[in-house]
Amino acid sequence: MSGEHTSAPVAARVRRLEERLIEAGVVAQEQLDASLAAMLKGASPVNGARIAARAWTDEGFRERLLTDANAALPEVGLSMAGGIQEQRLKVVENTATTHHVLVCTLCSCYPVGLLGPSPSWYKSEAYRSRVVREPRAVLAEFGLVLPDDTAITVWDSSAESRYMVLPRRPAGTAGYSEPELAALVTREGLIGTAAV
Amino acid sequence: MSRVNDVGGQTGFGALEIEADEPPFHADWEARVFALNSTLVRNGVYRLDEFRDAVERMAPQQYLAASYYERWLLAIETLLAERGLLGAG
Repeated sequence: MSGEHTSAPVAARVRRLEERLIEAGVVAQEQLDASLAAMLKGASPVNGARIAARAWTDEGFRERLLTDANAALPEVGLSMAGGIQEQRLKVVENTATTHHVLVCTLCSCYPVGLLGPSPSWYKSEAYRSRVVREPRAVLAEFGLVLPDDTAITVWDSSAESRYMVLPRRPAGTAGYSEPELAALVTREGLIGTAAV
Repeated sequence: MSRVNDVGGQTGFGALEIEADEPPFHADWEARVFALNSTLVRNGVYRLDEFRDAVERMAPQQYLAASYYERWLLAIETLLAERGLLGAG
């Protein structure tokens, strides 16, 4: 990217490393291009939103999703095997009295395939350190103020286990179609830092 | 033994910085580092667990001073050097 003066030395270092590895036959340029394209094309919160909308409109799917998400995902054309290695997925459901929120305290584990690339705050020391100690205060910084009697569960992701929040279906959406419902679901809702 | 990355429950990291409409990568080199890591794992140069370990065994002061994708780059360089794939210069 031209004009990125502050990152110029590291950019040059990355380029040299790539060139050296391509020359040595360790990686091929086409592989690098394909890997990036696949990630940018396939990984999006649209996937997670579709899952939530289906769960809101199909009680059988909701039950299968909450019981064994890996087995239920193919019903909406998705899987947890799209990345470098397959991960176990657990979907946790928000209710009137319980709220769930995701973190990876050790690093940045996150269901990229269902939510797209993770935001920087998710990978920050501030979020990782604080959300397990004072989730209510952290959620308030996102503008999500929960009643005192709402129980909050924080799910710490790992390399093998990923989580996704099933938000509560918003009031007044009884007549909405599945795609209309999906359009209401945000990435933050699926992480648990927003209501929907 | 806990490593520097094990920050859950620690205090002092300050308020959250939430960026609106954040792009997947903030610079082209970050995307290249992402692609390089996936490809090196796919090609069997190292395993994903080894990559994570390489991030987590960075010196604490280096870990905390580096950005997210700078950590990735340092970990890749560490693993390649340990496999004799970095060469001179």
